[in-house]
Amino acid sequence: MKGNEALAEAAIKSGCRHFFGYPITPQTEVAAYMAKRMPKIGGTYLQAESEVAAINMVLGAASAGVRVMTSSSSPGISLKTEGISYIAGSDLPCLIINVQRGGPGLGGIQPSQADYWQATRATGHGDFHILVFAPATIQEMVDLVYTAYDKADEYRMPSMILADGMLGQMMEPVEFPEKEADHQIEKPWATTGHQNKRPHNITNSLYLDPNELEQKVVERFKRYEIIKEKEPMAEEYLVEDAEIVLVSFGATARIVKSAVNSARAMGIKAGMIRPITLWPFPEKVIRKAAKTADCFLSVEMNMGQMVDDVRLAVNGEKPVFFFGRTGGIIPSPAEVLGEIQKIMGGAK
Amino acid sequence: MIDSMKRITIVTGHYGSGKTNFAVNLAVDLCRKGKSVVLVDLDIVNPYFRSADFKEQLTEMGIEMICPVYANTNLDIPALGADIYSVFNKDDGRYIIFDVGGDDAGAAALGRYSHLIQQEEFDMLYVVNCYRYLTRHPQEALEILREIETTARIPVTGIVNNSNLGSQTTIQDITNAMEYGAEVAALAGVPITANAVRRDLAASLTEKLVYPVDIYVLPPWEK
Repeated sequence: MKGNEALAEAAIKSGCRHFFGYPITPQTEVAAYMAKRMPKIGGTYLQAESEVAAINMVLGAASAGVRVMTSSSSPGISLKTEGISYIAGSDLPCLIINVQRGGPGLGGIQPSQADYWQATRATGHGDFHILVFAPATIQEMVDLVYTAYDKADEYRMPSMILADGMLGQMMEPVEFPEKEADHQIEKPWATTGHQNKRPHNITNSLYLDPNELEQKVVERFKRYEIIKEKEPMAEEYLVEDAEIVLVSFGATARIVKSAVNSARAMGIKAGMIRPITLWPFPEKVIRKAAKTADCFLSVEMNMGQMVDDVRLAVNGEKPVFFFGRTGGIIPSPAEVLGEIQKIMGGAK
Repeated sequence: MIDSMKRITIVTGHYGSGKTNFAVNLAVDLCRKGKSVVLVDLDIVNPYFRSADFKEQLTEMGIEMICPVYANTNLDIPALGADIYSVFNKDDGRYIIFDVGGDDAGAAALGRYSHLIQQEEFDMLYVVNCYRYLTRHPQEALEILREIETTARIPVTGIVNNSNLGSQTTIQDITNAMEYGAEVAALAGVPITANAVRRDLAASLTEKLVYPVDIYVLPPWEK
């Protein structure tokens, strides 16, 4: 399947029956696929009048406790940030897809990873986080959609799949795990109508009393601490004896892996750590590698964003270098290998 | 396949069915046979994985390429240049291959040339891959075929069975898909024009109409 289609079908298989979006390259196939499939399975597909409208429809559907999704690409996600903040502030689960393209501004339509900071630091105003998953293969896109929904429900917060144009547009064979339709957890907080059988539920992100608001935010951050402890995910590749550890996420990690293999063939002890969750960032895996490796090289399709988190995790113990291409240019395995050689002083 | 080609060949199909890879193979094979070839990238739907990606490589081989004005730039504007009209000249001896965008949305660009195409002999090929999720059943593939014909205002004349699972394709996957291709053709009332099979797998096949293809459309880490 095409990456974008796989995201959409995985959401449907995870129980999503409500999709609100607005077209934008390079994620339009997500919406196009949903438009074809949703009517056939009794779901709702709605192309809103704008991204702002779409994310607020997500807020409404999430309040009712249903699995809901929206999808966009970089500039569209910027428009959605206000709504994402409201959803986080209302403690509601949902799934947001960002198939990144070049920025800032209208930028370009070619692949990019320049929304790392936005996804992990500022998907809206206020003190909050969302869960951010970064798949590297189409199969992983499918698997992470299931995980993203389950974790969003468990922690009552938005999940994001941070993909890029390359992953959205490329094709690979996938298998869908068949899950039971009733695997979703109970949502006693959902605003589904109390029918005089229970006190009514309220969805809200406005608190008139600052003490109450502080308490809400502090509670949320206690939850974040549990998530940072339990949920980080990363792939480690040839890290154990590596002298140089490359850190890379998403499709870029596949280019990096191919460069690591070439470096190994030349006798350079290279390895790779691929964060699968970007928030929570897999700090422990990096920290552990910092004890054995000589240095780190973060490779990204941006001007250096995740490298901040790598440096925080390494905490000054080892040098952390950066290599990236931006504006929709994909780094080649040869370029990455060149950087490895530059740092390691050529073949050993 | 190559020896019986008409002057104009149009490659259509569902998104991701392998149209571009097939079209590039046709162009390269014709060129290797010493023919003059023009490959027209008519995809105004998808800015990724398109014929225009191979412009440099193909031009070097001597294949002429006509691409939408803003192909492979950051402008998401479906502008088709007037140079496309230059291919509708029966007597210039060039072979013309149209690589059309996916589904009826992609075929919309073709409709504007339908009257010119139908003035001469042409083949309108419909590429299918039974491993694509929305065309797993022959009936589903037929529905998209009909939508494309309606939008393009050109009838499909043959089916190209391009069933594959990318780099993971096995010979079993190919033989399992033969019946599917035949069923789509029977439902559509047109013949199978070719069974496109990756070159290394094609060697061991004895089925009729096997057309060995090289894989041009690849992600950066497989190049």
